[in-house]
Amino acid sequence: MSATEAAAAVARVHRAEWARVVATLARRFGDFDVAEEAAAEAFATAVERWPADGVPPNPGAWLTTTAHRKAVDRLRREAKRAEKQREALMPSDAPEPLGAVDDDRLRLIFTCCHPALAMETRVALTLRMLGGLTVSEIASAFLVQEAAMGRRITRAKEKIRAARIPYRVPAGEDLPDRVAGVLTVLYLIFNEGYLASGPGTPPVRGELTAEAIRLTRLVRALMPADGEVAGLLALMLLTEARRGARVSASGELVALDEQDRGAWNRELIAEGHALVRERLASGRPPGRYQILAAINAVHTDARDIRDTDWSQVVALYDQLARLDPSPVVRLNRAVAVAELDGPEVALAQLDGLPLTGYRPFHAARAELLRRLGRSKESRAAYGAAIALAGNAEETAYLVRRRDQLAGP
Amino acid sequence: MAQYLLSVITDSLDLATPEETAAIDVFNDRMIADGHWVFAGGLGGPDTATVIDNRGERAVVTDGPFVETKEFLIGFWIVEAADLDAALRLATDGSKACNRKVEVRPFL
Repeated sequence: MSATEAAAAVARVHRAEWARVVATLARRFGDFDVAEEAAAEAFATAVERWPADGVPPNPGAWLTTTAHRKAVDRLRREAKRAEKQREALMPSDAPEPLGAVDDDRLRLIFTCCHPALAMETRVALTLRMLGGLTVSEIASAFLVQEAAMGRRITRAKEKIRAARIPYRVPAGEDLPDRVAGVLTVLYLIFNEGYLASGPGTPPVRGELTAEAIRLTRLVRALMPADGEVAGLLALMLLTEARRGARVSASGELVALDEQDRGAWNRELIAEGHALVRERLASGRPPGRYQILAAINAVHTDARDIRDTDWSQVVALYDQLARLDPSPVVRLNRAVAVAELDGPEVALAQLDGLPLTGYRPFHAARAELLRRLGRSKESRAAYGAAIALAGNAEETAYLVRRRDQLAGP
Repeated sequence: MAQYLLSVITDSLDLATPEETAAIDVFNDRMIADGHWVFAGGLGGPDTATVIDNRGERAVVTDGPFVETKEFLIGFWIVEAADLDAALRLATDGSKACNRKVEVRPFL
């Protein structure tokens, strides 16, 4: 086997097996640091050995066994961890039964996303322990120094150990809240990648969307009955499907009504629609992500912006507002109302929303005022939007729209 | 089983109201019955604190807390709990009972 083939095999197995290896070791040794380091060493050993020895018939089991041995070696070396060494099981060459291993990955997710950890820590830990991204990759994705990101992850592992954050799937009454916490982390990872992607941002940032989808698929496989998990996956797929049409060649954001719908990814849309249909067929009341996915399904169902079923969109936002009566939901609903009842009605609904520090609020007002021919006010609203921080593609779009306005 | 310090944090020197005291009693009795109870106590305010520093040649006595803060420790529980989730559940009930914020920290 050539070195290139072996490297490709390691990369493939890394994506497929990293979380499983870390999760199994975290359970056996009760220590995230030991699990992470041993898993990394096992993959490093694979990089060394596979080109000569070939890829083992069961790479996952080979890696788990190798990592287990590395962990035992480390614990033997470190006298201060003598107590833990006695707790460690002896290495076994037999592959673990699949069911138990899958449970471990679910345990790993819930521990990484534990509410006792800060949100940015949950994100970093999830990407490291579950996603297998390196500290350097995570640091560059979030635009922080590698050393700072390393300390954040180290502190988190220390807190998990010292405070005894349990390694288990939460039971019964805690479960819905904790699942919601996991989904928040996954959606945040997705949005970091989605909103930031464009020229000038590190490529790994854009890869966060793919990573978020991959991790959400994993959670979906582990919790197939959870409607919100399915909803979030559908929402991500239907958003990702439009990514290629969302930024122009010159690096400017392209609004939904101007996007080339032929450039949308039909495969992702089909998968997203199937998930939305599955949730509709369940007859269960949808949660926030399922409703957002359904809204995106309406948009991606229309071959042309004029074919959009806006009454359906408004009805879905009504449903969402009942779950989440936040100003941001009311803003988004008003934007859909503009298509149904006209810009004047929508503008009245925006009045008084406490969103003066929120860029999309001013952008939406500017657009409605433009359609009403109120150029001067529209110009001021575009100015307010541009003055607020946002990504470069969006700024380029807002500047062009403002400069297109007629008259002073 | 591990032990955790549940610190009661407040920004006012007001004593517990009769309702709060009654709720704390109920919470304490349940912790004792469930085997979580180790110890608990209420503290005087920061104005009653004295700091001793005897790291040098002679002990230096200072009036007041070691650091002035808007919020301060006013009481605590020491509890036995299986893990952080169990300790957080106790702290959730304790915070409700005493009507104040509670910080959870593990003993090493």
